[in-house]
Amino acid sequence: MADETPKPEELIAKINHRPAFEDWMQVPVEIRKGMYCYASNPKSVEYVGLPNPRQWNPLDEDWKLPENWKEILFEGFRERLEKFRTFKVFMDICVRCGACADKCHFFIGTGDPKNMPVLRAELLRSVYRHDFTKAGRILGKIAGARPMTFEVLKEWWYYLFQCTECRRCSVFCPYGIDTAEITIMGRELLNLLGLNIDWIATPVANCYRTGNHLGIQPHAFVDMIDFFCDDIEEITGIRPEPQFNKKGADILFITPSGDVFADPGTYTCMGYLMLFHYLKEKYGFDITWSTYASEGGNFGFFTSHEMMKRLNSKMYMEAKRLGVKWILGGECGHMWRVINQYMDTMNGPADFLEEPVSPITGTRFENARSTKMVHIAEFTADLIKHGKLELDPSRNDNLRVTFHDSCNPSRGMGLLEEPRYVIKKVCNHFYEMPANTIREQTFCCGSGAGLNAGEDMELRMAGGLPRANAVKYVHEKHGVNMLACICAIDRAALPTSMQYWVPEVDVTGVHELVGNALILPGETERTTDLRGEDLPGMEEEADE
Amino acid sequence: MNDKKLIIAGLVIFIAIALFPFLYNMGKASPAPDPVLTPEAKAAKQCVRSRQYMRADHMHLLDQWRHNVVRDANHIYVSPNGKQYEMSLTRTCLECHSNKAEFCDRCHDYASVRPYCWDCHLDNPKENK
Amino acid sequence: MNVKYMYSLLAVVALLLIAWIGVAIGLKVVFGVIFPYLAVIIFIAGFAYRVMGWARSAVPFAIPTTCGQQKSLPWIKPNAVDNPFSKSGVVARMALEILLFRSLFRNTRMKLHQGPKLAYNLEIFLWVGALAFHWAFFTVIVRHLRLFLNPVPMPIQLLENVDSFFRLEILYDSFKMALPGVYMSGLVLLLAVTYLLLRRLFIPTVRYISQAADYFPLFLIFGIALTGILMRYFFKVDIVSTKELTMGLVTFHPTVPDGVSTIFFIHLFFVCTLLAYFPFSKLMHLGGIFLSPTRNLPADTRARRHVNPWNYPVPVHTYEEYEDEFRDKMIEAGLPVERMPEETPEEQTDTDEKE
Repeated sequence: MADETPKPEELIAKINHRPAFEDWMQVPVEIRKGMYCYASNPKSVEYVGLPNPRQWNPLDEDWKLPENWKEILFEGFRERLEKFRTFKVFMDICVRCGACADKCHFFIGTGDPKNMPVLRAELLRSVYRHDFTKAGRILGKIAGARPMTFEVLKEWWYYLFQCTECRRCSVFCPYGIDTAEITIMGRELLNLLGLNIDWIATPVANCYRTGNHLGIQPHAFVDMIDFFCDDIEEITGIRPEPQFNKKGADILFITPSGDVFADPGTYTCMGYLMLFHYLKEKYGFDITWSTYASEGGNFGFFTSHEMMKRLNSKMYMEAKRLGVKWILGGECGHMWRVINQYMDTMNGPADFLEEPVSPITGTRFENARSTKMVHIAEFTADLIKHGKLELDPSRNDNLRVTFHDSCNPSRGMGLLEEPRYVIKKVCNHFYEMPANTIREQTFCCGSGAGLNAGEDMELRMAGGLPRANAVKYVHEKHGVNMLACICAIDRAALPTSMQYWVPEVDVTGVHELVGNALILPGETERTTDLRGEDLPGMEEEADE
Repeated sequence: MNDKKLIIAGLVIFIAIALFPFLYNMGKASPAPDPVLTPEAKAAKQCVRSRQYMRADHMHLLDQWRHNVVRDANHIYVSPNGKQYEMSLTRTCLECHSNKAEFCDRCHDYASVRPYCWDCHLDNPKENK
Repeated sequence: MNVKYMYSLLAVVALLLIAWIGVAIGLKVVFGVIFPYLAVIIFIAGFAYRVMGWARSAVPFAIPTTCGQQKSLPWIKPNAVDNPFSKSGVVARMALEILLFRSLFRNTRMKLHQGPKLAYNLEIFLWVGALAFHWAFFTVIVRHLRLFLNPVPMPIQLLENVDSFFRLEILYDSFKMALPGVYMSGLVLLLAVTYLLLRRLFIPTVRYISQAADYFPLFLIFGIALTGILMRYFFKVDIVSTKELTMGLVTFHPTVPDGVSTIFFIHLFFVCTLLAYFPFSKLMHLGGIFLSPTRNLPADTRARRHVNPWNYPVPVHTYEEYEDEFRDKMIEAGLPVERMPEETPEEQTDTDEKE
């Protein structure tokens, strides 16, 4: 954590939710250290052929914009109004009722009034009124309109990269106005001028080239998984034999590369490996990993619709090349928004695949019959429901678990019960956080949509406050010490946020818990969990 | 996805609703009602108050009368020009305007007003005597 | 000094004066006939133009906001309304949204307490206020049909009876409000619009986001409700002459009878302004809510493919390109490859690695 990041008490002390008596258009933007991410590396921008690759610094007065940048923005705006009804309708119908104002984790954590979702959208709407409505052009400021200027552009850039596209505000909006959609459009426009952040631009370039955001090359990918197999062998005495790029396998498995890269995602990855090994031994399950489609996540989604499509294309292309029947997807947040709501439309129809059927239980996943991709929580929940897994939940008895709904699976999909069912079957101690902070009202980890960098730590910790505060509540009330989630960004971001706000709580993926509880055929008696920490004594009685 | 047809259908319904009054009255002439004055009323020339006042405000006058009679047992109304009247719907108003159907009802029906006078009072006391 | 609401207040006062003076100098035909026709034309044409403008924009992706359990495994109960899988679910969701403001009903108010401890309490006032406002306004509009239809149809009479169900009688010499029967809808409308105005003025976050365009319709509707109430209970317009005027408009035989008073013209001018302003303002949320793609699409995107009308091919990084770059390393790692190298494969230059 950067040294300048304020202490939790200092951060709390700074929050003021009562904006001053002022006209927000008169308040100049101040791009503040700790609240923004570094500008995109020109090499990354160039690699994928996006506009205006150059070295630039948001703190500089000169952003090295193309000569006709206003024209580019205007044209881009106009084009998107025609291409996206969401954009046009959302520009037009907001009544500024304020219902969304205190729903944003960034407003709650920073008190910056421009982080109220309605105002974030007004940043664009004010320019829209000026450029595309008669009233705005004639009445100007009285109609809430303003022309595009460099100051406005800076404001756009600063605040559009202070939104994690979590859609919480959209749940409360009486018209369903979705700030994520507005941020997506705004970031697309900024990308036309080459104004991305590096924490998005470089993963995008990596993913395009190597198949995953982290730039892991095929041999390294295999090595890393091999390393997990070593660990599993050490803990259980059983060595999984994962298959890679195997033609003719039944199922292709794709998970975010974060899971093979950093703790605690790696333990989740071990959970997958153990589950697949178990299924292979018991039921002849035939699944393959791919080094080419080695990324579930999609940072293209945070860049532009086109970039999202370009990165996502690998999933179907690889499934087709390998000739699998359907695709199984790992635990990830925005990955599932893309798969659930975009993939089939963008890169489908997937008529070369079959309607997904679990080879073990025979369950037809009818809800995925067109996209042909199943979430691993759906898959595992089905296995457990049919009694296909031998589980010893007491091996998770040292954990008192709560579940963090990730933004995208909850508000862009509705995957709420499946992970809960799995957790309750593999853990004996499960406690829900307060109702207004879970399910469709869940709070973002504070670092989604590409903001999980190191340099914007203050922003991330502020944005993480609402989630962490709810965790703190169950920690104090029920002694919760483990926060389960189904998102790779959560697994990367929440440990930092927990360390900062509730240091007693650790973070886990759901399939790490499955891995702990799963009794592999022929395993030796385990003394530690997947993290190498001592298991609770078996004689310890479960207390309610 | 082509939802234009659906949108146009919705729009047509909305416009039809918005223009409903025009459609409903199409081809109907609807002249304002003309209350008929009985010979007695014509002969009296002047009601208890001015014509303009009576057109817009008679309901208040009647309500005030009822209140004064029922609560205060006060039966005499003195009009601004000094004339005295008995405060009575049946004995004063209907004395002249004995044609409720052509006098009262025409305007009330036209304006969709349903006074509750007739919940208790008889239309035409003379005829029913 | 909050100029934004001052602009709007002054605008409404100006409208009042314009109507007053206009009628005083004898422009009754302008305010009683020409403006109403113009306003209706602008309203209808403008409304249709705006909706068709939205219709012209494509809906490339189905991105409903899912607010409940998805339909997945047969033993997990889906939330058929807040996460609708079927058309009927969408209809139910939209109906709840439009008629009962379902999403607004979720509203909470966040408070940061010592600790720090964040709390989110149910905040029902905006929902109640909005619901009261819209339904009262709707009732008032429907009720006004008695002035535009002859004979007055039964349902309208019924509505009037229900609306005046509470017999409110205030009979002081100085303040009388009893006859004609007091309509609840008008009073509720006035109260609700006042509440909506006050929250814009006194809740700091809402004040911060409010534009002149937010205050103006509130002041205008306040003016409409107030003049209506004054006219009915206090200044006593001649209702028969007034209906003669309104009926003249809808039967295309416009007349301006003598008995129509100035306050009616002010009321009518406010209404005309609202109608003409409507299509060019945020009031278009009336039409927009039907077209909001986060609410009006089924959440069945994995089961039924949504088609993007402008989907176009994009440059992709194919497996062949990938294998060409990493073939040696893949072979070394024991990964299967499509094509074994015959001779030394060309060396890629792009070797910088990132993480």
